[in-house]
Amino acid sequence: MTDTTPRTWLDAGGSARPHPVALQASAQALADGWADPRRLGAEGRRARAMLDASRAAVAEVVGARTEEVHLAPSHTAALHAAVAAVAAGRRRVGTRVVLAPVERAAVLHAVDHVGLERVLAPVGTTGATDPARFAALVRTDGVALAALQHANGEVGTLQPVDEVHAAARAVGVPLLVDAGASAGHVPLGDAWDVLALDPADWGGLPGAGVLVVRRGVRWRPTWPEDEDGWFPGGVPVPAAFAAAASLQAVEADRAAQDARRRELVEHLRREVVARVPDVEVVGDPDDRLPHVLTFSCLYVDGEALLTELDRAGFAVGSGSACTSGALEPSHVLAAMGVLTHGNVRVVLGREVDRDDVDRFLAVLPGAVARVRSTLGADGL
Amino acid sequence: MSADEAPAVVDARGLRCPLPVVRLAAAARDAAPGTLLQVWSTDPAAALDVPAWARMRGHRLVDVDARTGDDDAADEWRVTVRVGP
Repeated sequence: MTDTTPRTWLDAGGSARPHPVALQASAQALADGWADPRRLGAEGRRARAMLDASRAAVAEVVGARTEEVHLAPSHTAALHAAVAAVAAGRRRVGTRVVLAPVERAAVLHAVDHVGLERVLAPVGTTGATDPARFAALVRTDGVALAALQHANGEVGTLQPVDEVHAAARAVGVPLLVDAGASAGHVPLGDAWDVLALDPADWGGLPGAGVLVVRRGVRWRPTWPEDEDGWFPGGVPVPAAFAAAASLQAVEADRAAQDARRRELVEHLRREVVARVPDVEVVGDPDDRLPHVLTFSCLYVDGEALLTELDRAGFAVGSGSACTSGALEPSHVLAAMGVLTHGNVRVVLGREVDRDDVDRFLAVLPGAVARVRSTLGADGL
Repeated sequence: MSADEAPAVVDARGLRCPLPVVRLAAAARDAAPGTLLQVWSTDPAAALDVPAWARMRGHRLVDVDARTGDDDAADEWRVTVRVGP
C-alpha cells in the first residue's frame, strides 16, 4: 500500500527545496558546461565562462569584486578553508581565534584541527554575543582571526556583526562571517572581511559553497598548490551556476518573502505557545531571521517527537541530543542555557504557505501529548 | 543548603534525557514547597535541562555538581533544586 500522506518540508535550514531557477540553471550547465573548465577548447571555455559568470553574479549581490569570490564544493569546505588559511596568513601574530560558542561546528572543529586556540566570547539566552565583550577579546594579544556568524541557523538570532567588525578592523584582525543561515533571506551588509554563504540554504543545489575574501586579507593555503588556489580541484559547474542564478532570483523578491514568512513565523510563535503547554520559544524574538522558529517542549524526547511529526507528514529539525546520534545536545542550546530536550526547529522554505503552517499546528499538540504520555509525564 | 538538610535523592542514572527531568518533576509534584531535591544523572543533558526546567516551573536551582568518572565509572551529574511554591 502506498503512503499518500502529503509531505511538508519544514526543515529547510541548509537544505531548502531547490528553487525552480536552480533546476533550470543546472540543466543548462549540464548541457553546455559539462567540460573541465581548465581545458582550453571551446567546451572548456564555455564551462569556464559559466563559473566566471557565477562569481560575477555573487559578487554583485554581496557587494564584492568578482576576483574576491571563490566557489567551494560545500559550505563546510568553505568554512574549513577560511579558518585554516586566514589564520595561517597571520601565524606571526598568534594562534588565538575569538569566536562565540554558538558558531557552526565546522568553524569550531576547524579551529581545533589546525591547532588554533578557541577564545570564547559568551552569549546570552537569546544566543547573541555581547559585542563589547567580544570586542574586548579581539583587542587582546595574539589574535589571528575573529569569527562571528551573521545569524544563528539553529535559533534564528542575528549577531551584532557591525559592532564586532568595527572593533576587529580597528586592530587589524580579520573577521570571518558565516552567513550560511542568512544569505538569500536578509541583507548581509558589509561588516565582514571573509564571508561564507551556503547556496543549499536559499534553494541552490547541494555541491556548492561560496567564500568571499576581501582584497588585502592575508591568507596562506595549508593544502597542496592547485590551479584553483582556495579549493583544489574546483567545483561542479552545474551546482555553482545554479547557486548564482538562484541567489539572483531570491534576492529579486527577498523583501516580499521576508514579510510573508515573518508573518507565518509570528503566527507559529503565538499558536505554539497557546496550544502546547510547557513550551519555551528560544532565540531573539525581534532581531532574527524571518523564516526560523525554534522551541523546546518540556518532558519530550526530541527523536520521538520528530518521528511522530514525520509520520503525520511534517519534517522538522531538532537540536536535542537524542536526534543527533551523539550523546551531547546541541552546543548552541547548551551555550544559551535553554532547554535542550524536546527541541524542534522549524525553517520555512519559500514554498511554505499558511495552510502548511496551520496543518502543522493542528497535529503538533497531539504529537507532543503522545510523547509525554509514553514517557510517563502526564500531569507533571 | 545547610549541613543538616540532606536533599531527597532522585536516582536517574542510566536514563537518557528527558527522563531524569521527568523523574525529578514527578518527585517535585509530590513534595512540599521548600523541599530540597537532588537528581543523579549520567546523561550530560541533565546538567543543562534541570536548570532550564527549574526556571520554567518556578523552582530554585541550588547546585550543579559535575563528577568525572574514574576508570569504569561513568561521568555523573548531581543537580540540586529547591521546590518552589
